[in-house]
Amino acid sequence: MKFFASRFGTSRCALVAGLASFVVAGVALADGHVYTATNPAWKAECGSCHVAYPPALLPAASWRALMMQLDQHFGTDASIDAKTAREITAFLEANAGRARKETSATPVLRITETRWFQKEHDEISARTRRSPAVKSAADCEACHTQAAQGDFSERTRRAPR
Amino acid sequence: MRPLPFVLAALLSGAALVAGVVHAARPADFLPQWQRAAKQADAGFSGFSAARGEQFFNATHGGEWSCASCHTRNPAAAGKHAKTGKIIAPLAPAANAERFTDAANVEKWFKRNCSDVLNRACTAQEKGDVLTYLLGVRP
Repeated sequence: MKFFASRFGTSRCALVAGLASFVVAGVALADGHVYTATNPAWKAECGSCHVAYPPALLPAASWRALMMQLDQHFGTDASIDAKTAREITAFLEANAGRARKETSATPVLRITETRWFQKEHDEISARTRRSPAVKSAADCEACHTQAAQGDFSERTRRAPR
Repeated sequence: MRPLPFVLAALLSGAALVAGVVHAARPADFLPQWQRAAKQADAGFSGFSAARGEQFFNATHGGEWSCASCHTRNPAAAGKHAKTGKIIAPLAPAANAERFTDAANVEKWFKRNCSDVLNRACTAQEKGDVLTYLLGVRP
């Protein structure tokens, strides 16, 4: 590094380091399972009881339906004030996944009930699913150790324990 | 005469100080408003009780969950969401300086959690009892 610094100057050195990190990020993104879209209100509110699920995991219609009934959010009251709800809905819509062909006409609300999720996770054994370390299929962090950072890549995945 | 920028800066910092005081409440600051509301709801109101708050906190109220289901019976310790398993920071102000310092946050969580535990809103008496109990909990 000292050689590079003296020969090319520190700014070029920084450029090389910058390119290197870009390549690393590129590899992770090529895996298709690292989500970078973020918003402070989404992170704080959606992340207070569970991992803030990346917007790309559901289509916009699903997020809209879900945000309309936060007072009945999978068995709990998750109400937030109207202003914050509007901000989060806009963020979710802007970064939502593309609508995939689903079996029902109404929007799917549970990520675990989407066809792509079931396809992605169909190799997981019943024994692993029953592991006490897995609270439910919605407990991403049981296996995806960096889920809270949006990283669902194979690199950061491990068996639950 | 003082230069205008200096006067402006002094005014702004004064306003920020006032805003800061209003926003960052101390936990005990929540009690007077609930006291007034409780008195209004019940002329026989005779103050908040830590013992009643503790009992309320640990009991179920017709549903599956109590406050302690997630916050545990020791509010000075970290809790765990009963459904998702997510770790919840301690609730007792003595163990967690952020608790009961933001009015909007306090109302948000009382609304949600009372709805989950009691299937209704909590009364001012219940909120005051619980906070009085929590204020006395030491780590």
